[in-house]
Amino acid sequence: MKMLIVSPILIPLVAAILALLLPRRLGKLAGVAGPAALLAASLALLHWVLRDGIQVLQIGNWPAPFGITFVVDIFSAIMVVLTGIIGFALAVYSFHSIEPERFKFGYYSLFNILLMGVAGAFTTGDIFNMYVWFEVLLISSFVLMVLGGERAQIEGAVKYVTLNLLSSTFFLIAVAILYGKLGTLNMADLAVRVSQTYDDTLVKVASLLLLGAFGIKAAIFPLYFWLPASYHTPPAAVSALFAGLLTKVGVYAIIRTFTLIFIWDRTVTHNVILIIAGFTMFFGVIGAVVQFDFRRLLSFHIISQIGYMMMGLGLFTTVAISGSLFHIIHNILAKTNLFLISGFVYHLQGSYALKKLGGLYRRQPLLAFLFIIPAFSLAGIPPLSGFWSKFLLIKAGLQLEGWIIVSIALIVSLLTLYSMTKIWAEVFWKPDPQAKPYSVEKNAKYYSMLMPIIFMAAINALVGLYAEPFLNLTLKAADQLMHPSIYIEAVLGGYLP
Amino acid sequence: MVLLYAILIGVMFGAAVYLLLRRSIVKLVFGLVLLSQATNLFIFTIGGYEKNNPPLVEKGQLVPTAPYVDPLPQALILTAIVISFGVLAFTMVLMHRAHESIGTDDLHQMRDTDK
Repeated sequence: MKMLIVSPILIPLVAAILALLLPRRLGKLAGVAGPAALLAASLALLHWVLRDGIQVLQIGNWPAPFGITFVVDIFSAIMVVLTGIIGFALAVYSFHSIEPERFKFGYYSLFNILLMGVAGAFTTGDIFNMYVWFEVLLISSFVLMVLGGERAQIEGAVKYVTLNLLSSTFFLIAVAILYGKLGTLNMADLAVRVSQTYDDTLVKVASLLLLGAFGIKAAIFPLYFWLPASYHTPPAAVSALFAGLLTKVGVYAIIRTFTLIFIWDRTVTHNVILIIAGFTMFFGVIGAVVQFDFRRLLSFHIISQIGYMMMGLGLFTTVAISGSLFHIIHNILAKTNLFLISGFVYHLQGSYALKKLGGLYRRQPLLAFLFIIPAFSLAGIPPLSGFWSKFLLIKAGLQLEGWIIVSIALIVSLLTLYSMTKIWAEVFWKPDPQAKPYSVEKNAKYYSMLMPIIFMAAINALVGLYAEPFLNLTLKAADQLMHPSIYIEAVLGGYLP
Repeated sequence: MVLLYAILIGVMFGAAVYLLLRRSIVKLVFGLVLLSQATNLFIFTIGGYEKNNPPLVEKGQLVPTAPYVDPLPQALILTAIVISFGVLAFTMVLMHRAHESIGTDDLHQMRDTDK
């Protein structure tokens, strides 16, 4: 039963190996079966954690601060479930939409290794181990980004790789300082020891270095420029995978470290986070307003939405954190789906430039309807999912009388709606500017791309229209995050220094 | 000795940042190499650089003879070296491909994806 904790890591690993070794068609099926099994396992894990509390696995039975620990609390379990949902939807979407050449060079293996790295980063309870998982997901994302070797991909990858390597270095330096100063790498043990020595300069330096390192990965202001320069270059399925999951790994790491370990000097850290959140929201959405490329516009929106997640952490109350978590759930579903839709539009009309698209409302009414769900949800129109997360965040902000951050959040919401209507008007309402007759075969590729979009939109609509259980879930998770002693107790158990 | 290492690490980080800020992609790679080496040296130094007994348990005893050196920083460095070796190998191939397909080694010319 304890093995369920590491199953989100083992399942994609097995799937990746099978996808590499089996003959081509079987390998592709293994590549889809892996994420499907991951989704099932993660749901079981979430159910287990909700029923029995935080689950801990000590690898090799070494007691807590000495060995590597895997910990799953509700927050981790939610993130792993989201990984499963995204992984499954994108694996199906990739099945026909990725070219055979890319499959030949191990697309599905890399895809599953990436999921493994993400799941590992979500479940580990050891900070150096988290660094290793970051590298696992980074190296597979590097290869996924350049797979195919188009000029734009290579160029985007130069920026993506450099910035991410830099961030890994920061991460490693921070880990080194923490180890040198406190002599432990286990996150629960770190939390205990930081609570005794939080006034130390080196510990503060380490906390801000970690914020910088995770901030580059999460694309917060002013460290986000690599994201809109690279995320629109690979195929749509890969873009969607990066957009949905990779930045959220950075956000997860920030939330984890700044609710568990560095919670003692909040006037510095959490205020900095709050200010960064405001800038991130604002500049992300301003960047999006001037874009006329479907995927670049969405890339800027990723940044802007990261701001909301950081806002909840900066406010640091149970309601605010649960708003952040709800926003992560909502954003992973909506954003990934928008990228999938952009890929589907590319399949139909052969372009990502908004100027060259048009007329899809008449020809693809179903797609137009499917676009409305994530787009309005992103803008925060009630009763869709984005409304609930923003409601929680703004409620928490008003309770703390943070007028500035609340007004920024509301303005950004409005500008988000503006750029969503821009996509709507250009892609769906405007008559098709291309003269050539338009016909798309409704073949297997068509349906294998449409089905994941419907699947994601359905989940997204469910989270919005039937929000109560999800709200309770995030409130429970936030409550756990606000009481780190539960986590520490679960990991260290009898051994408390 | 620690002071010497501290100065060396500082110089290495400085040189790495200088190289990273240059426009040539070759210097970018060298900068990244230097950066990862400097980080490894940093872990080594901050992990407690002392001349002590090896952390081995003598026959008939349960703990190593104190004072012994902490073996964990070396293990961390080893992991970091292996990871950075793989990642840098990839980066070098990527830069080579970038030079081939874009036809320049100047980062200022690589502005197509920023527009």
